[in-house]
Amino acid sequence: MHVEEKLTAETFPASPEKATLEGKNKFIGFWTFLGGETVMFASLFATFLALRDKTANGPTAEELFKMPLVFVATMLLLTSSLTSVYAMYHMKNFDFKKMQLWLGVTVLLGAGFLGLEIFEFNEYVHEGFKFSTSAFSSSFYTLVGTHGAHVTFGLLWILTLMIRNAKRGLNLYNAPKFYVASLYWHFIDVVWVFIFTVVYLMGMVG
Amino acid sequence: MSTLARKKGVGAVIWDYLTTVDHKKIAILYLIAGGIFFLAGGVEALLIRIQLAVPNNDFVVGGLYNQILTMHGTTMIFLAAMPLVFAMMNAVVPIQIGARDVAFPFLNALGFWLFFFGGVFLNCSWFLGGAPDAGWTSYASLSLESPGHGIDFYVLGLQISGFGTLIGGINFLVTIVTMRAPGMTYMRMPLFTWTTFVASALILFAFPPLTVGLILMMMDRLFGGNFFDPAAGGNTIIWEHLFWIFGHPEVYILVLPAFGIFSEIFATFSKKRLFGYSSMVFATVLIGFLGFMVWAHHMFTAGLGPVANAIFAVATMAIAVPTGIKIFNWLFTMWGGNIRFTTPMLYAVAFIPSFVMGGVTGVMNAAAAADYQYHDSYFVVAHFHYVIVGGVVFGLLAGAHYWWPKMFGKMLSEKLGKVTFWLFFIGFHLTFFIQHFLGLMGMPRRVFTYLPGQGWETGNLISTIGAFFMATATVVLLINIVVTTVKGKKADADAWGDGRTLEWAVASPPPEYNFAQTPLVRGLDAYWIEKMEGRKGLTPAEPLGDIHMPNPSILPFIISLGLFIAAFGFMYHKQHSWSLFVGIAGLLITLGSMFLRSVIDDHGFHIHKEEILEAENKGVKA
Ligand SMILES: [Cu+2]
Repeated sequence: MHVEEKLTAETFPASPEKATLEGKNKFIGFWTFLGGETVMFASLFATFLALRDKTANGPTAEELFKMPLVFVATMLLLTSSLTSVYAMYHMKNFDFKKMQLWLGVTVLLGAGFLGLEIFEFNEYVHEGFKFSTSAFSSSFYTLVGTHGAHVTFGLLWILTLMIRNAKRGLNLYNAPKFYVASLYWHFIDVVWVFIFTVVYLMGMVG
Repeated sequence: MSTLARKKGVGAVIWDYLTTVDHKKIAILYLIAGGIFFLAGGVEALLIRIQLAVPNNDFVVGGLYNQILTMHGTTMIFLAAMPLVFAMMNAVVPIQIGARDVAFPFLNALGFWLFFFGGVFLNCSWFLGGAPDAGWTSYASLSLESPGHGIDFYVLGLQISGFGTLIGGINFLVTIVTMRAPGMTYMRMPLFTWTTFVASALILFAFPPLTVGLILMMMDRLFGGNFFDPAAGGNTIIWEHLFWIFGHPEVYILVLPAFGIFSEIFATFSKKRLFGYSSMVFATVLIGFLGFMVWAHHMFTAGLGPVANAIFAVATMAIAVPTGIKIFNWLFTMWGGNIRFTTPMLYAVAFIPSFVMGGVTGVMNAAAAADYQYHDSYFVVAHFHYVIVGGVVFGLLAGAHYWWPKMFGKMLSEKLGKVTFWLFFIGFHLTFFIQHFLGLMGMPRRVFTYLPGQGWETGNLISTIGAFFMATATVVLLINIVVTTVKGKKADADAWGDGRTLEWAVASPPPEYNFAQTPLVRGLDAYWIEKMEGRKGLTPAEPLGDIHMPNPSILPFIISLGLFIAAFGFMYHKQHSWSLFVGIAGLLITLGSMFLRSVIDDHGFHIHKEEILEAENKGVKA
């Protein structure tokens, strides 16, 4: 494990995230962790589905959700997933600058999504849809809020990695870290696709 | 950097254990912490049995009884059985697969400290206004009405320790996938490693639903949520589902590793390879799979309807098939074997009839129509104690005696070990066998007293006497541990003389790096093969060289401490607004430590070839 060795685009392995034992462990361990996360979100979705029409005379999904806002947020997050793919593409080609650039774009798009979500929640609260309004409101904020917390954590994580490694560039020690963070970002994106469908589309159709 | 064979002061030893990332030391931490919680849960059990010894007793009544009963169950499952299982896994599994360490040494330590602080938090409730009192299942309709902070301690404490368990499970999954020595194929792994593997997968999929359930309950109790409040549209059955989607697999998370321990012991002390190895592996995986399909058998009386009840009844009964496969394989392993009745072997032999009885009553409970009669009676209490004590606790006691020399380098006294066994075995059946009949006679579980003249007096008195047998057995075990530690016989590498798996090929206790040279595994029972071919040690798979080791770290301790502080802050935020800031400060400690872990490079260190040679030579002479 000569992680300190000077690497070039030629000597950099094709799968830098799995080139060391530590990297391979991280890779498999993180996939495993995402398995557990999937079950966690599945439990939250099941709870939401059981309670989505228990509005206790509070606002209903049809009254609350507005397509344009949610659509824009969805587009931002989906695009950020694509840009993180570009970042990983450049990582594998040992092009650190372009990787950082695309990670930066990913973070901006993710921050945009988060901003819209905060704006959205704020609107709802002003319309009388608080966390404690009904079983529907509690389950909505818990499911979508848990996703939002994941987005926040993901942004902080990617930013930390970008700043920490800004000066020293890529090596086999930090490549798995970048890779795993981008896996996490994709996972967040996939969960959002389900939230968009189950919470918003099904909510607006009724 | 190396800490090989150096005398240290008390402070240095404590610091060593606070910062250790060595799986063998983490095993000892799990053993000590789990053991202490086991004693606490045992004392709670004794208080329960004293109260129930005679009718109309007023020793511990009403709310206090509810608290003791709740804490007995919660402590025994989450804070005693789970960590003791992890103690065995940490002590043995990496060595059994020929690895120098686990995949994530840092996370391994973090898992322990999260469990530990979660457990301490839960038990702080005794001194801060009362413990949780809604039973270990904490059904929402009861727990939302519970005044004070008891349930909050339950909800927050179990979240913290649950994260620890989840992390531990992921660590063992990855360790077994990536860290196996050359030649250690999946179908050459010892059964204990296999059961650890499957149990870890169950942890991965079973703990998140529990965490979600706990979060929902935390929201309802502390932050104005309505998940379980019917007045605002909530539904208490959601808690039951989430709890049992976790709760049933939890039984297998505990008992599969116990099956693994017994499989090792039967083979070793019958001097035969395990009968039907591949069918044992198959049965383990099948039990793990079916374990997720049966949770609603705990909810037959909740009104899910006849179709759901029928499906879950049949699925539950199906689990008896792979379990039966295992029972017969153990019997056939002993058949024609050269049996030695050591203490671990006594537990293994006693386990078979004891556990089978728990299995039989399990199938009885699985018959949904009949379950309406058994539900919430002492019949159920008898059933799950036969499974958990007859299976898990026997397994842990067997494993503790079996691997004690490997963990601590000294043999426990066989004489005292057998005294413990007989007291415990007799006490166990005395306590719980009669409870089947108390249940059938109509005695409900969780009541703090009963009236005379219903035919329950004798049964309850016998049950209480049995509990004191088990308590005496535990005291004898503690004496055995003290005597052994002070003047026990030093154990050989192959402490029992008949070891079959890799852990018996390394010194007792093993050196920090486990194997000076990574072994080449040439078949099932790798060490036995080498012995049968007349070799003294293992066939090495690599030349002697420097060994890479992970650095110790205090961060796992601090990350867990942060959550411990945060839990207190959030719990009291309704009474004191400043308390919310304590909660946030705690979270910041945790996140800050995680940030430090992320930005500080940790490349570990190397133990040099010369040091290893020196240590190995000394080990051979001693
Ligand atoms: Cu069950």
